[in-house]
Amino acid sequence: MRNRKWLVAILLCVVGVHVLALCSGFLAPYDYAEQNRNLPYAPPSTLHFRDTQGVFHWRPCVSPLVERPGTFGVYDEDANNCLPVRFFVRGTEYTVLWLFQSNWHLVGVSQPAKIFLLGSDGYGRDQLSRLLYGSRLSLFAGLLATALTLGLGGLLGTIAGFYGGWVDAALMRCVELFLALPWLYLLFALRAFLPLHISATQAFLLLITAIGVIGWARPARLIRGVILSGKERSYVMAARMFGASDLYLMRRHMAPYTYGILLTQAAMLVPQYILAEVTLSFLGLGVAEPTPSWGNMLSILQQYDVLVSYWWMWAPGGALIVVCFGYWLLAGALQTRAESIAH
Amino acid sequence: MRYLGQRILQSLILLVGVSVLSFGFIELSPGNFFDEIRLNPRISNETVSKLRSQYGMDQPLPVRYARWLGSVAKGEFGFSFAYNVPVASLLWPRARNTLLLTGSAMLLAWMLALPLGILSAGRRNGLIDHATLLLTAVLLTIPDLLMALGLLLFALRTRLLPAGGMMSLDAENLSAWKQTRSVAIHLVGPALVLALASLPTLIRHTRAAMIEALDSPFVRAARAHGLSPYRILFRHAFPVALNPLISLFGLSLGSLLSASLLTEVLVNWPGLGPLMLEAILGRDVYVVIGVVLFASAFLMCGTLLGDVLLFAADPRIRTEKLT
Repeated sequence: MRNRKWLVAILLCVVGVHVLALCSGFLAPYDYAEQNRNLPYAPPSTLHFRDTQGVFHWRPCVSPLVERPGTFGVYDEDANNCLPVRFFVRGTEYTVLWLFQSNWHLVGVSQPAKIFLLGSDGYGRDQLSRLLYGSRLSLFAGLLATALTLGLGGLLGTIAGFYGGWVDAALMRCVELFLALPWLYLLFALRAFLPLHISATQAFLLLITAIGVIGWARPARLIRGVILSGKERSYVMAARMFGASDLYLMRRHMAPYTYGILLTQAAMLVPQYILAEVTLSFLGLGVAEPTPSWGNMLSILQQYDVLVSYWWMWAPGGALIVVCFGYWLLAGALQTRAESIAH
Repeated sequence: MRYLGQRILQSLILLVGVSVLSFGFIELSPGNFFDEIRLNPRISNETVSKLRSQYGMDQPLPVRYARWLGSVAKGEFGFSFAYNVPVASLLWPRARNTLLLTGSAMLLAWMLALPLGILSAGRRNGLIDHATLLLTAVLLTIPDLLMALGLLLFALRTRLLPAGGMMSLDAENLSAWKQTRSVAIHLVGPALVLALASLPTLIRHTRAAMIEALDSPFVRAARAHGLSPYRILFRHAFPVALNPLISLFGLSLGSLLSASLLTEVLVNWPGLGPLMLEAILGRDVYVVIGVVLFASAFLMCGTLLGDVLLFAADPRIRTEKLT
């Protein structure tokens, strides 16, 4: 019972993160490509609760930043000006779920102040907005690639386990082939032979396909084992005697056995695949600028001065850790659940 | 011996499979090296087609594959378009560096994982156990990308470690001893990152295997005879727990190799990783195939070694194969 509550709590948190990613347009104060060339590497904005006269307000305010003359990336706050943070403001247009357009944003301040809750990058783009838009891409790349892997692996595993014979033998040789390769190398090799300069949407779909196709072998082998043992059960035999078709047997009697394994596998694969996308984009083989993904946002850290000087450029890394941790807890909870059911 | 021969044959067949797979991927690919050259206005179309036929890229796939097999037999592994040399001459020095890095990382990881795993299994729910559990949880959730970046940050901030490369810049004119020392210092950072990245899996498996061994009746008997706990742990339980660990030894090579790809690129270690990235960006297909092939061969050697060790360590497997 306690375990069940724990599982539900984690599941809600993980789903919540994805919902946040979907709402990125509303939560982000600015568009991901909106540049402020006079504010490169601006530090995170300070929220003041005292205005310029020193009077306390519950509503925080943000001072505009002015670059200190003769320096790069060193800013002073304009002490004579503090603009209040407003909620539910109208700003740039965005689309929600590719369906409807809106221009409502959760927070915003009026010009000339900018609200950079996580600072800005080298082009003066709001890091928080980019992080949110990037999460949409990175998280769903992981999710969709996992779905593809499990679909493919589940299908082939079921076929191999159910029909046996030469089909099984051939498929299992393929599994061995794929497992014999270090998978990141294989992913890179596959990526190597696909076009490099493509639009963000194409790159996204391509990455999902490449990542998803590479990993089919392990789930296929697991599912095959389950199907093999399930095939011999007496009620399956009975159903077959009653004239049930192969498809019916697989769907009705075999598939339910595999759900537990598929779920646990999914919770383990999603973070791995998110990382795969991040790695590829990080190395410039994935989604290209200006579309943000956690990977290409982190890739600026390959420049040593950025790595050392601007800590807020690490933000996608922090988000990555949080998401990985969530999925890791989820996988653990699912595993305990599977074990408690088995006993 | 027959068993060993069988395993080697199997691995060779798998390697052939890998190469066929890679060639299949190329065939699917829309662009190639020569299309990129053709975009260059200073190179005429005739030159490009001459180059194409010189490298045999105008031939159909089976012919190219057969030619490539021929060059493998000569030990060349095809030809690099970008460097204009046989791939093998690029591959060997890089492979040596990758082996050095992954080998030392592996050694480090096992040297840390075995004592931690054994001790935390020996005192279940003790202080060491909880500390190790926390450590593995933390390490598991930090991706190796961030770990490598963290290492760079540490190196740049404290200047305790060199921030990338494999030797110091003036290493060319240093004595052999100083060169070795320079490489060793540069090795510390990336090897540590790789070791830490593969540590959680190793510790968990060691702990699980040890717990299983410690729960068996002969350990209770040994305890009843009054043997010292450390003797039971290391002399009686550990050899029994060894089997799954030996198989893990082979498998851990694979994940280590994948992790090293990224780390090498980040810290500028002149291994297979940067070579592969460069080849991908330059569409140098034979180099990519060479690297993939080498990495898979390396991984297979690992599993093979694991199996042979298992064969040597466990008499049950030996007799089973003989009958």
